[in-house]
Amino acid sequence: MNLNDLLKHTSEWLKSTGPNSDIVMSSRVRLARNIDKLAFPSWANEKQSQKVLELVTEAVAKIDYFKNASLFKLAEVDSLDKQFLIERHLMSHEHAQKTDSKALVLEPEEIMSIMVNEEDHLRMQIMQSGLNLFEAWNIMSKIDDQLSDTLTFAFSQNWGYLTACPTNTGTGMRGSVMLHLPALVATRQINRVLQAVAKLSFTTRGLYGEGTQASGNFFQISNQISLGHSEEMIIENINGLIRQIIDQETQSRNALLTNNRAFLEDKVWRSYGTLENAYIINSEETIELLSMVRLGVDTGIIKNIDRCAVNELFILTQPAHLQKMVGKKISSEERDVKRAEIIREKLKIKQ
Amino acid sequence: MVCDICGKNQATVHLTEIIDDQMSELHLCEECARKKSQQMESQFGLADLLAGLAEFGKPQEEKGESVKLKCPNCGMTYENFIKMGRLGCSECYYAFKKYLVPLLKKIHGTSQHVGKAPHKLTRVVKAAPQDEMQVLRDKLQKAVEAEEFEEAARIRDQIKEAQKSKAGVSSGKETKGDAR
Repeated sequence: MNLNDLLKHTSEWLKSTGPNSDIVMSSRVRLARNIDKLAFPSWANEKQSQKVLELVTEAVAKIDYFKNASLFKLAEVDSLDKQFLIERHLMSHEHAQKTDSKALVLEPEEIMSIMVNEEDHLRMQIMQSGLNLFEAWNIMSKIDDQLSDTLTFAFSQNWGYLTACPTNTGTGMRGSVMLHLPALVATRQINRVLQAVAKLSFTTRGLYGEGTQASGNFFQISNQISLGHSEEMIIENINGLIRQIIDQETQSRNALLTNNRAFLEDKVWRSYGTLENAYIINSEETIELLSMVRLGVDTGIIKNIDRCAVNELFILTQPAHLQKMVGKKISSEERDVKRAEIIREKLKIKQ
Repeated sequence: MVCDICGKNQATVHLTEIIDDQMSELHLCEECARKKSQQMESQFGLADLLAGLAEFGKPQEEKGESVKLKCPNCGMTYENFIKMGRLGCSECYYAFKKYLVPLLKKIHGTSQHVGKAPHKLTRVVKAAPQDEMQVLRDKLQKAVEAEEFEEAARIRDQIKEAQKSKAGVSSGKETKGDAR
């Protein structure tokens, strides 16, 4: 598999085919696993890390699900491609640093990826469109079982799966849901919601993962506690919380449509107008305006634009994606021009 | 008592800081305490936060002992762990068990895993007898504290009995091994 092929491909989680796709962008399940007794990546020497990489490569090769997958050694991936993979949510920022024995296993549908030698020996993720954590977990658990036929995972009956950081011990699982909440932000209720989320031991992050600010009204909510609840229970808890947030966002959208329709239409169409007519645009402005266009599509104000096309633009307009499309490194100013061009092309309303 | 920072509001939060064996006390109102904790949060990363948790609530005299603990498998010391906020290998969990279990409880509210297990288990688990013994020891402790000495003596005999039968089963072979 060539990384350039991904450029023509729409990631599964952007397709907008899953449940509640008008508010939920994507669901992600991540599992941390380590091989028994081998030093964790941050404490391991080069030889030990290479050994882990060998064992994982061998185990992955035995699994049918990965028959079309590729394993990329990060040391051999150039910096633009690394950024490209981060923008597609296929790996973390941390995984692009100190790349010696790091690798990424990737299958062409971009549903599953495995980071090898990140914080733990294996960090596996499944991405799905919409609110679909259970489906993600089902796929993940089967692959986890198959890997554990070959690999001896570090596990204790008392403490569960043993991870480098004690915050992941137990299930080693984190379930995350990416929500688009423009109406709760516009009606200034978002802080109340986020405070409640924090009180219930869940964390909130931005569109681009750990350490990022919320932008474009996107909020990623995930469980903080990984020990003492079963995987299904953790997912059930996240789902319960997410459903409540979906209800509140829906109510706020309806209130805006009923009481402030002109205000909403104005915001949506001005945003569309700018995107459709801009010749120079930076990524920040793009994200904010795209968020409003997405709200327009979701509330039926804008018709004949596919939600998937809007979702895709959040990723395609990122710096590494633009440069991959051009086929070379370009300056920030040149990117702003290219970005505007891509947006004008993709956002055309079908007549 | 008024707040040490603003000097206006009633102090409801009392902080004791020990820096280089020098103890200092701070009495703060809720508002100033929140500001101070925000400052602290922005100064420390996750590793520090964990390290802080790992050291938190431990009797003073035990701090020296804990840093000397060393994992026989990977060579990480408990001190390394406190500095890095990451463990060295799966065996560190057993080597640092005494301090890690309270830490897990602090983070997750429990230290007992519920959920899936690998098809083939890493090792045979001898957790049950260990737990039984722990239950008895806890009972003994409580009985002594409550000065119920008759009850305490009875539990002590139970413990002796349990130890005897355990030694009998393994017939002197590998009795030192921790239950895992």
